[in-house]
Amino acid sequence: MNPPSRVLLAALLAASVGPAVAAPLAYKLPEETAALKPGPGDETAVICLACHSADYTSTQPPGKGRPFWEAEVQKMIKVFQAPISSGDAAVIVDYLAAAYP
Amino acid sequence: LAASGGSRALAADATVTLPIGNGERPLVAYPGKRPLIRLTTRPPQLETPFGVFDEGPITPNDAFYVRYHLEKIPLSIDPDAYRLTVGGKVDSPLSLSLHDLRTGFEPVEVVAVNQCSGNGRGFFNPRVAGGQLGNGAMGCARWKGVPLKALLARAGVNPGVVQISFEGLDTALLMPPFVKALDIDHARDGEVMVAYAMNGEDLPWLNGFPARLVVPGFYGTYWMKHIARIDALDAPFDGYWVKSAYRIPANACACTEPGKAAASTVPIGRLNVRSFITNIQDGATVAADQSLLVRGIAFDGGHGIANVAVSADEGRSWGDAALGEDLGKYAFRPWTTRLTLPAGAHRLMVRATNAAGDTQPLEPLWNPSGYMRNVVESVNVRAS
Ligand code: HEC
Repeated sequence: MNPPSRVLLAALLAASVGPAVAAPLAYKLPEETAALKPGPGDETAVICLACHSADYTSTQPPGKGRPFWEAEVQKMIKVFQAPISSGDAAVIVDYLAAAYP
Repeated sequence: LAASGGSRALAADATVTLPIGNGERPLVAYPGKRPLIRLTTRPPQLETPFGVFDEGPITPNDAFYVRYHLEKIPLSIDPDAYRLTVGGKVDSPLSLSLHDLRTGFEPVEVVAVNQCSGNGRGFFNPRVAGGQLGNGAMGCARWKGVPLKALLARAGVNPGVVQISFEGLDTALLMPPFVKALDIDHARDGEVMVAYAMNGEDLPWLNGFPARLVVPGFYGTYWMKHIARIDALDAPFDGYWVKSAYRIPANACACTEPGKAAASTVPIGRLNVRSFITNIQDGATVAADQSLLVRGIAFDGGHGIANVAVSADEGRSWGDAALGEDLGKYAFRPWTTRLTLPAGAHRLMVRATNAAGDTQPLEPLWNPSGYMRNVVESVNVRAS
């Protein structure tokens, strides 16, 4: 049995012998260890971790160069409403192009 | 800066390396899951190690792949308080408990493949942005639940409704909420269901506990996890995840010239035909001049697999494989064949054809989003 069903069963058993105490089930995710590569501009690029972990970035194809990262940053701003000023965007693109060549 | 925490990385854990640039991935066991190939941590995206597909046509719950979009996935769910609402343009909106779903409707079952639209995206050439998946973002399970048609009938869908939309418990602070929609006729076809069981157990948490949408034959993007809200709409849904994402070139091959954008696009729909060799890994050494068992799986978007053929001579000749257990037209179809290979290097290729005559291309098709990969797959072996 997977964890949810085991806990569910326990809850049902408890309910059958006494007053039901509704208890939410919880799921524990492993700790987030993925991190941005250190490099000039990394303090600015932490905004990239607001909506997803750093492995979103680190697993992208290598060798695509600056235009790829320019397009990604613009997509995050225009499509996903990432709150990044144009000044910060330029810093982040420089950082990404250097840290994730 | 988060970067400083990076040294305490996953050095002690196993990793796998997909045969693509930046293909190193940790193997991580999440609660309820065996070690899976982790693509991303937040939100979690986990890929099934390919060897699992050799275990049989049903993918075990603890090995089934995981794909989320939004940063906040539900981490606390009270099964007693959980409600699925059916609203919008209906006569009588519903608010259903898990108990209502399990006992208030005649349950149905289907064995169906759930495959990510971007399964195999990592192999696109030229490569494209997005989740850099190998071929493990697919799985086949026996789903049990309530036909969507029955839910909609009980709520009484108003005349003029054109689409039904779906939303789960995942939330986002900044990005567009994850909502998908199906045309009303599709939603009422009797096959689309709200499933509360998978392979005879509760849904695994990361696969949508306590209930998810099952859309047999369609890509996983429509299979809303942790489903909480169903709405009847009198105008086509135009949210981000339908209007802008998950769109394919509007032509028969769903493809463009590599590197080129599509002139026009449509929402992604049914799975195309795919087949894989599962018992021989690329680069394996096999015995020469002896009968070699080759087996694997094939599937499509619901016509059913009619033929699987294997070639060991670069596609000049193809021998039919024997099809195995038929779990239904939406399921993985196992197949087996035997080959006798002379000493030397060989490339084994597999190609399936469905009941409608659709098959797989010998050269990969390309599209800008890296969707619907279905090239004839091959493994290189050395017979000695
Ligand atoms: C406001 C939210 C938000 C912020 C801030 C944000 N992203 Fe994203 N990002 C997204 C979403 C949404 C996706 C798609 C997630 C999915 O479908 O799994 C995404 C996906 C990605 C991907 C995967 C490839 C793709 O195009 O889908 C990369 C790479 C990426 N983001 C990089 C960045 C970088 C670099 C930054 C900082 C400049 C950033 N993101 C900031 C929301 C955001």
